[in-house]
Amino acid sequence: MQTATLSTPTSTQSGSIILGTVRRTIAFFRENRMFTSGVVLLLALLLFGLIGSKLISPKKADLGANPLNLSPTWEHPLGTDGFGRDMLAVMVIAIPNTFKIGFLAGAVGVLIGTLIGLFGGYYKGVADSIFSSFADVMLVIPTLAILITVSAYVRVVTVEIMAVIVGLLAWPLPARVIRSQTLSLRERLFVEVAKLSGSSDFEIIILQILPNLTAYLAAAFVGAVSSGILASVGVEVLGLGPQNVPTLGRTLYYAFNRAALFRGMWWWWGPPVVTLAIIFAGLFQMSVSLDKYANPRLKGAARS
Amino acid sequence: MRGLDLRYFMRRIGMFFLVIFVAATFNFFIPRLAPGNPIGAITSRMANASAGIENGQAMFEAYRKRFGLDEPIYIQYAKYMWNTVRFDFGQSLSAYPADVWEIIRPAIGWSIGLIGVSVLLTFMLGITIGAVLAWKGTPQIVKALLPITMIGGVLPYYLLGMLLLYLFAFTTKLLPMSGAYDSAIPKELSGPYIGTVVRHALLPALSIILTSLGTWALTMRGLIVNTIGDDYMLLADAKGLPKRRILWWYSVRNAIPPQVMHLAIALGYVVSGAILVEIVFSYPGLGYQLYMAIVNSDYTVIQGITLILAMSVGLCVLIIDLVYPRLDPRVTYVAENSG
Repeated sequence: MQTATLSTPTSTQSGSIILGTVRRTIAFFRENRMFTSGVVLLLALLLFGLIGSKLISPKKADLGANPLNLSPTWEHPLGTDGFGRDMLAVMVIAIPNTFKIGFLAGAVGVLIGTLIGLFGGYYKGVADSIFSSFADVMLVIPTLAILITVSAYVRVVTVEIMAVIVGLLAWPLPARVIRSQTLSLRERLFVEVAKLSGSSDFEIIILQILPNLTAYLAAAFVGAVSSGILASVGVEVLGLGPQNVPTLGRTLYYAFNRAALFRGMWWWWGPPVVTLAIIFAGLFQMSVSLDKYANPRLKGAARS
Repeated sequence: MRGLDLRYFMRRIGMFFLVIFVAATFNFFIPRLAPGNPIGAITSRMANASAGIENGQAMFEAYRKRFGLDEPIYIQYAKYMWNTVRFDFGQSLSAYPADVWEIIRPAIGWSIGLIGVSVLLTFMLGITIGAVLAWKGTPQIVKALLPITMIGGVLPYYLLGMLLLYLFAFTTKLLPMSGAYDSAIPKELSGPYIGTVVRHALLPALSIILTSLGTWALTMRGLIVNTIGDDYMLLADAKGLPKRRILWWYSVRNAIPPQVMHLAIALGYVVSGAILVEIVFSYPGLGYQLYMAIVNSDYTVIQGITLILAMSVGLCVLIIDLVYPRLDPRVTYVAENSG
């Protein structure tokens, strides 16, 4: 893996660097069919949501905007729910919202985890022992339990606040992975060389160690997005979390609460279930194929 | 015990109490840090509502006293911790004056039964399927068919639960839709009672088992594939041991300890998932009680249950940690200088 480039790139060089990156990216996607198919699944869903929300009026997702409990017709391809919301319009808004929570939560979790893991693993010391013990403790406490307590008290939240709360609880696993890698990297020769050539600790961490963690960061991010969506949907299914914004979990909560299952209204609970299955399948494929890079010793094994 | 010394033992116990301490601290500070002072809002709302309820004033007073809102925060905190250690979670708000502990206690058994049996079954099935998949002698047809058992793996437990509920309880009416037993059958240790309990637990347990089986089987396969090149495997082969014996007593035996460690890490996730499964099936365990508490805004019960959940996962992890050195004799936690 490359570290910093030595010379300042000229315009032609930077052009070839971009071209090279593009070529390498394409090669990566070609080599890792499973990763590609995961990305395609997620992108397809996201596009469905983004394009759909341009084409379909969000007003159709309002309470009582349509007749209640309609099974799918040409006018309402996914029917309407027990509140008169057009299910297609609901899904088109809910999918990007759920993605937003997942990706924002994953980003927050990985960012905090990386900072703690990187600096803790590099400097060691008391602060590191405190943080890593704390991470171990947090791994034991069921995240959903804390999330439920938080959301039971903070009833009014936006999608963004929800994402940040979920993210604040998602750092321990990335922190642990990054820390153990940093602990081993800091003993390597190239770190020694960088030290002798007068690099500061900060430069070593950012320029020497961090670039070697790319695969782990990517794997940690995919894992954090996946557990972030899992946790937030879990909270939403309980009727907590963002209240008046359609998300996949909230849609399920309404369907569940209004006994859609027992009224045979499959078009109410079916679309969110299928969508979530596609999301988790996509993320699962990505994480399995990233494991090959993040954990070469696993060979044919799946994620742990 | 072999492989265990006092220091390791004390560290693990300390970790367990740290888990409880951190969980309780979260429980104490979350309501106080939440915007808009929810405790004040709750008490004033209760004061309004209590005018119409019998015992209402007593309940309101008890609530104020429980939170000790007039005292300085560190005294509130110390009292809270002391109460937590004694399993005193206060009184329920929606079923006042019932003790929170009295509400939680009967639910614990159902949850332990459901989660315990499902996790144990998943663990054993996952190990078996993984081993069979990794073994060279397995017929191709079996290898091709076994991955079908893993399809459920892409769904969260409770979503598969909804599908199972729809297929087997709603559409075909083969199995009961909700609850843990048939109330028409006397609650005693008899054939019919055990039958109804099993019938009711079948779908919730299946939704946990089918969704987590795949990951266990895949990691098991990977771990077994990893043992193939190892020296002891070569030796066992050279000794002319039967292939089956090598698989179960050499490969699988060596792959089990990491799987147990994996179980300790996954337990928090399993419990989180099981909470929601119970809600889907109205199964009267901790998850369902938690849901009812949320619906009724019964904050003391919510806090009691989340704390109990953290405690039980902490306890299970502690037990796994203490048993682990026996399971993997190569691992020893005895300090090196002692011998």
